[in-house]
Amino acid sequence: MNGNFIWLTIGQIFDPTVAAYALATIGLVIHFGFTGLLNFGQAGFMAVGGYAFAITSVIYDWPLWASFLAAILAATVFALILGIPTLRLRADYLSIVTIAAAEIIRLSVKTPEFSDVTGGSEGINGAARAFNDVNPLPEGRWGLMGTPLVYNQDQWWVRIVGWGLVALACLLVFLLMRSPWGRVIMGIREDEDAVRSLGKNVFSYKIQALILGGVLGGLAGVVFILPRSLQPDNYGTQLTFFLYTIMLLGGAATVFGPVVGSILFWVTLSLTDGLLSLGIEAGVLPLTTTQTGPIRFIIVGVALMLLVIFRPQGIFGKKKDLHFA
Amino acid sequence: MPEKTLVSDITDDVIVPGVKKKDPIVVAHAVSRRFGGLTAVDVAHLEIPRGSITALIGPNGAGKTTFFNLLTGFDKPNTGNWTFKGKSLAGVPAFKVSRMGMVRTFQLTKALSGMTVLENMRLGATKQGGENIFISLFKPLWKAKEDEITERAMQLLAKFKLDTKKDDYASSLSGGQKKLLEMARALMSSPELVMLDEPMAGVNPALTQSLLGHIVNLKDEGMTVLFVEHDMHMVNTIADWVVVMAEGKVVAEGPPSTVMSDPAVIDAYLGAHHASDLGTIEGQLEVAEEMESDLIRSEVEQDAEAAGIAVPTHEPAHSTDAASTPVDGEEKK
Repeated sequence: MNGNFIWLTIGQIFDPTVAAYALATIGLVIHFGFTGLLNFGQAGFMAVGGYAFAITSVIYDWPLWASFLAAILAATVFALILGIPTLRLRADYLSIVTIAAAEIIRLSVKTPEFSDVTGGSEGINGAARAFNDVNPLPEGRWGLMGTPLVYNQDQWWVRIVGWGLVALACLLVFLLMRSPWGRVIMGIREDEDAVRSLGKNVFSYKIQALILGGVLGGLAGVVFILPRSLQPDNYGTQLTFFLYTIMLLGGAATVFGPVVGSILFWVTLSLTDGLLSLGIEAGVLPLTTTQTGPIRFIIVGVALMLLVIFRPQGIFGKKKDLHFA
Repeated sequence: MPEKTLVSDITDDVIVPGVKKKDPIVVAHAVSRRFGGLTAVDVAHLEIPRGSITALIGPNGAGKTTFFNLLTGFDKPNTGNWTFKGKSLAGVPAFKVSRMGMVRTFQLTKALSGMTVLENMRLGATKQGGENIFISLFKPLWKAKEDEITERAMQLLAKFKLDTKKDDYASSLSGGQKKLLEMARALMSSPELVMLDEPMAGVNPALTQSLLGHIVNLKDEGMTVLFVEHDMHMVNTIADWVVVMAEGKVVAEGPPSTVMSDPAVIDAYLGAHHASDLGTIEGQLEVAEEMESDLIRSEVEQDAEAAGIAVPTHEPAHSTDAASTPVDGEEKK
């Protein structure tokens, strides 16, 4: 019997991909959970951030800080393009525009015409080079307290930076949401006309929230491509819906919900994968190994349905914040 | 009974719709709003007197709320211009109108139900540095202002008897309390003109009394009040000036006593029997008599007898066979 999957599962807790998902979900929580903006294009923000980083660092050889700045700026511009025409309208317009814009981004970068810059459907390799060049850790491989979780210096570096960004984002959300700014934002979620009647520039606040959450999405896109190559098809609509799943899991209007939600999401996927393979090896489950992949997501889907029925506020959420139920 | 502003202090001119006021705070001119083929608002000229309580009345669909929305920037008119304190408001967005000192409430209460009563109140305060995203990150920068507005919020809440509920979610308040909260929240910005859209709708009689008191207090504190209301008793009691709208137009205005007896107003809105209380059998009798309908009168008289109320004794011709007339609880209005 192969118990390796348990270590793999535990490894998910530190995984940079999990950090990227958590970061993107924190952005989504700002949009949807706190401001009430129905953004169905968070994958688009991740793609924009990821591509801006990869293109500037790999194709144009920009220094690391400039590439990070490019990712932030690109996400900001993307937010402005989406927000300015739609945020004066009813809430549903934003959701339609964002879901379409995310797909437009994904399909545009795949077209052969742009492949000199975007790599077409091949994507871009080696975006982490500049990032790993500034790695202060000495070369080598370390495990975590004698466990089989052994990573090399670059793997540690991306884990530290990724989770560091998540921690910073959590702190940012915490500071913002306890402040008068957060009060206006949550007021807009409840009833934007009421907030408008009290002399607040609702449009400006919505744009600010869209940019802030979008920039976190863009940075998540950067963290996402650091341990792997940039692939346009990673940014399909299903990525956005995974993020929504994570958000609902942790609680839509919470600070730590996205972090715990993201870890739980990936741990569940990894654990069910391991258990299913184990069952197939032992001949207990009437399945083939290729079927385990989809079945994991069926399990996640069922879990999400149960969650929405029995604990719609998520793990950390307060029932009072359930404005969408 | 609150002290009313004298008509001679409001205007010297002959009172006709659109009359010039001595000291208007809002002047609207040729304001019209069409929804497709329907002209919802078509106000030729209207001035709201400063420092007094003006009531805006009219039948359902008269355009009162639409006019409210136009004045406060929540809707844009097709034509017209209007000023507040002498400054033009055409094209000014709603939040800026509010910042200028013209704050409104809504017909369907908009208490922010997912926030506590105190947070609702704090949101009403203006000029908060902490509402800037960069300043908001550093608590010491907005702490002092927060304390100041919290204190002010608590004073207002105490006035409106909501102070014990400060940490409750607004969703847990009753309909009437939400009205009070919305009004208190609007006052957080120290407005000059308070616009109340049906402040009494859904409020119980005991609360109505205190709400009336609050509105009169606003005037005593130097604010101007404009409110939409269907409760004629309230209009009579506190309004210094009444503006009547029908089919989008101002059909009459003047002090309550004059306006209520204006035939145009009675036709358009009040109805011929607005003075009779249809909730009581005496009131129904009065109306039945005037209508000269034997059937209605016999029914009402029966109810009256059953309730032990003396029926006027003229023409008792058919009271003998009245017992056979089926009665289906007519008095249960």
